[in-house]
Order: sequence, then C-alpha cells, then structure tokens
Amino acid sequence: MNVLASGSFWAFVGVVAGIYTILALGLQVQFGFAGLLNFGQVAFMAIGAYTMAILVVKEGWSMWLAAPLGIVAAGVGGLLLGLPTLRLRADYFAIVTIAFSEIVRYVATNETTLTGGSQGTIALGSVGTAAQYNTEWSSFQGRVQHALGFSSSDATMLVIVWVVAIVLLALTWLALRTPWGRVLRAIRDDEDAAASLGKNVFVYKLQALALGAVLAGIAGLFYAWQFSFFSPNDFEPLLTFFAWMILLLGGIGRVWAVPVGALVFGVIFAGTRFLSFAPFSWFASDERAYLRLMIIGVIILGLVVLRPQGLLGNKREMVLE
Amino acid sequence: MFPQLLVNGLVTGSVYAIAAVGVSLVYGLLRLVNFAYGDMMAFGALITFGVNGPLHQSMIVAALVGMATTAILALLLDFALWRPLRIRRAGFMSLFLASIGLALVLRQALLLFGSAQPRTYRVNPYRVFVLGSVRVSEAQTIAIAAAAATIVAVALLLAYTTTGRVLRAMADDRSLAAVAGIDVERAIRIAWIASGLLAGLAGILAALVEYSFDPNFGFQLLLPVFAAVVLGGIGSAYGALAGGLALGIAQEVSTWSGFAGGVNPTYKPVVAFLVLTVALLIRPQGFFGQARVA
Repeated sequence: MNVLASGSFWAFVGVVAGIYTILALGLQVQFGFAGLLNFGQVAFMAIGAYTMAILVVKEGWSMWLAAPLGIVAAGVGGLLLGLPTLRLRADYFAIVTIAFSEIVRYVATNETTLTGGSQGTIALGSVGTAAQYNTEWSSFQGRVQHALGFSSSDATMLVIVWVVAIVLLALTWLALRTPWGRVLRAIRDDEDAAASLGKNVFVYKLQALALGAVLAGIAGLFYAWQFSFFSPNDFEPLLTFFAWMILLLGGIGRVWAVPVGALVFGVIFAGTRFLSFAPFSWFASDERAYLRLMIIGVIILGLVVLRPQGLLGNKREMVLE
Repeated sequence: MFPQLLVNGLVTGSVYAIAAVGVSLVYGLLRLVNFAYGDMMAFGALITFGVNGPLHQSMIVAALVGMATTAILALLLDFALWRPLRIRRAGFMSLFLASIGLALVLRQALLLFGSAQPRTYRVNPYRVFVLGSVRVSEAQTIAIAAAAATIVAVALLLAYTTTGRVLRAMADDRSLAAVAGIDVERAIRIAWIASGLLAGLAGILAALVEYSFDPNFGFQLLLPVFAAVVLGGIGSAYGALAGGLALGIAQEVSTWSGFAGGVNPTYKPVVAFLVLTVALLIRPQGFFGQARVA
C-alpha cells in the first residue's frame, strides 16, 4: 500500500485527471450545453495527437507549429462530422458518432505509411529507427521544471496540465455566459422554440461540436506528451465512455463540475490498479484489470440509476433523460 | 470471384440481420439502443462453447442451451435494471449510458470467468461444398440456413400471430397500445426473450463463421449491427433484416476487383459506415424508419 503514499503516484493521478478534464469539458459543451449526444469524442483526441506527431516526425515541423495545427485539425474534424450528421435524430447521431471514432481508429491502424499503423508512433520514421516527436516538449518541460525548482517531471507536468485546464475551464465558463452560450442552452432546452426566434439551430450546434472537438484535440496533445508514445489502440471508444462517466460524476450542465468529476475518476481509475487487498487479492493481476473496468461499469450504472444529475448537478436545470 | 463474394456477403449479412432484428425489437418497445447487445452475443457463443466443448454435447443441443441461457440473461437484466429505469421514466440518454455501463460489466465478467483465450467449436472446418465457382464451408452453410429459417420465422411471427401484432402495435405507439388493453409488461418480456434468443443465435453463428473467437468478439460485431439497424430505420424489424443483409453484402462485394479495383479488405467495417452515412444523407430516418418519434 505504500505506493498510495508516494508523491509521484498522486502526481500521475493528477495529470490523468487534468487531461480527462479537458476531454470531458469538450463533452460538457456539446452535451451539457448544446444537448448533442457525441459518443465519438475520442476521435478528436486521436486527430489532434496524430496530426502533431506526423508533422513533427515526417515533415520536420517545430512542435510549436505542429501542436496548434493538431488542434485546428481536430476542430475541422468536428465540422466535417457535424455537417452531414447534425440533422439526424439524437439516437442516430449517437451511433454515427461512435462509428466515426472507430473509422478514425481503423484508418490510423491501417494507413501504416501515414501513421505508423498498429505499432504506433514509434514506427512513424523510416524503417529501423524509433521515431520520437517529443524532444521539443521534453526540453520545454525541463525548462519549466528548472524555473519552478521542482525535482520531479511528473509534478511539472501536473502544473502545466492544470494551468492549461483551468484557463480552458475559465474561457469556456465565460463563453457560456455570453449571448452565444444562452442561445446554446435555449437550443438544448427547446430546439423548436429557439428556431422560431430566428436562431440558426444547425450553425450553433455545429459550433458547439467543433468547440468540443478542439478541446478534445488539446487533450490529445497532452496525452501524447505525457506518454511520449501512442498507438491507435489508445483511442478506443472506452475513452469516450470514461469522459461520459466524468460528466455524470461531476454533473451535467456545470463547467466547474468537470474537474471534480475528473479527479474522482482519476482516483478510481488509478486507485483501482492497486486493489491488492481481499477480495481483490483472490484474483491474478491480469484478472484484476478486468475487475477494474467492471467496477467502472458498475459506477456508470449506479450513477444513471441513482443520481442522474451527477454529484454536483442541479436537478432543475439538467437531468439525464 | 464475384459470386463467391456475394455468397460471403450473404453469410455476413445473415448474421447481421439476425442480430439487428434482436436490437430493433427491443428498441421498438423501449427506445433502448442496447450497447450491451454485442456482449450478450458473446455470452451466448461462450455458453454454447462450454456445452459443446467441455460438456461434449452436439452442436445443436449446445446452441439451443446457449440461446435459452442468453434469453434468461436478457429477462433477468430487464427485471434487475431496465424495469426499474422504466418505472422511473428514464429517457433515451439514461438508457443508452446504462447499457454502456452494462456492456462493460458483462464483457469484463466474460473475460474474468471465461478468460481471453480464443476458442473454437467442435466442427470440421475443412468440409467445403463446391457449387460451380463458389466454395461454401459447412459453417457458412449452417449460418445461411439458420438465418433463412429465422428470418422467415420472425417475419411470419410478426405478421400473423397475436404476439407479433402486439409487438408491432407497441412499436408504433406504446401509450395507444396500453390504452387498447395490451399488457405492456408482458409484451416487453416477450421482446426481451426474443431479443436474447436472437442475440444468442447471432453470436453462435458469428463464432461458427469466424471459426475462432474470444469474449471480446461481440463488441467488434456490435457497430456493424448498429449500422444495419440504423440503415433499416431504428425500431423497424423488417428494416433491420433488410439493413443487415444489405450491409453484409455491401461489405464483401466492395472488395471485388471489378469494382474500381476493390476496397482493401481491412476497410470492410469502414464500408459499412460509409454505406450508412450515404443512406442517411438521402433518407435521414433510415429505409423503413418513421420521420419523427414522439
């Protein structure tokens, strides 16, 4: 159990929670404020991460140019997904978005010359070399670490991720208090009423989808930097479900509930790796990995059944229907 | 080459069609897009493996036990999870998320108690029938025959029996059906039993055709099955049948070299979604779907 007392373990939990905060914030904009049932959020994360890594390794771009382009690519992905699908009924939209995220993963797996295929980013470069997109980020992180006087790189990453996450949370919070944000909520609550007031419902939904995709793209960049390697299997639909769980945990329609949900999720997700006490000690370690996801499934079920407005949600404003 | 692909497509499409009807029946009554359906298919296939392999029963006995067990699982889940949510009047979003949670629990339970190793049924993979230029394996023949029988049975059941009429009436308008004196809860139980039987059958046939399978394989089948359901129009059983067959054939035939050089076979699942996207652009509610659901 001494791992739970180590600082680097909790720093890791915090970094994961920060990345998931940004990912789930995108979902909060899309579902909590615009009512869009996006179940393909992980695709935008993949687009952001892959665009950055490919431009750095294959085109020799500076990471500081490649990263913003990764974010733009994720946003464009959101627009492209939304154009044909936003007019669909909610249930159709949910299925088509999962399908979209699986298509992105299939393309990343099979277009080996572009993405490195199932071997992941390590195969991005020429044959026999281990490609690395992370050099510039590592040196930046090193400089920040030096400036902060920290001894651990995990703690440095923790600070960087959460500074960015809090800035993004604040910007989103502000954006949703503008007239634009009020129209979004009006559309969520009654689409026909908003349309009858002359609001272009389709355009607002498209903007919300793209904004959420941009946030997922940023989460993808941090995911890439944190783990310095990734492959298509890092972007399974499961990640989207984790983001939904965070939304449910925190509360729907509340910007500042997202980091709370993400922290609770981070503790559950990382903490369940160390379920070494009874009754979990009865299982082998690979079996405990199954148990871990099972527990997450049970929590999703429990939240839906027992507390559909989330831990911090307001039942009067937004309840899962 | 082309006739062979067509037959392969018919086999894939048969499996999709059976599974899609199972998803669609429940959706028609409960507005539930059941994300756990793929894992119910895997459950049926695994139970059948247990009866066929370690217990040394014939494939037919094993398949019947597997289907019946899946139906019982479906009923138990309705009692423990879906009925309480129904009483609380949970909407589409809650039901969908609950089914995602359930899918996680089911699949991890299968992995935990069944282990991830691949397994195969005790069938002879080398028995092949040759019809002209087309070669069909025994498993494929069984899949086509079983699917044809099921499709006819389901169509007749829906069209001519009282139960079928009740199910269709409820899919059209649940409150109207309730007002007309239909026992709604009984109809829902029947739909779950049918859905469970179909999930079991589709899982077993998919496992037979793919020859080797593990507890994860249900989820890989789920998205093409959903695509088939959407293509036909969610909630329409006949649409699901047609959508499943159409998608299966489209997937296999797309690899034909006479068709603009053919699609790389690794992209077969993507073909299903492209067909779906194009179809939805033309007809946003699916082939047989209603334009709006109240």
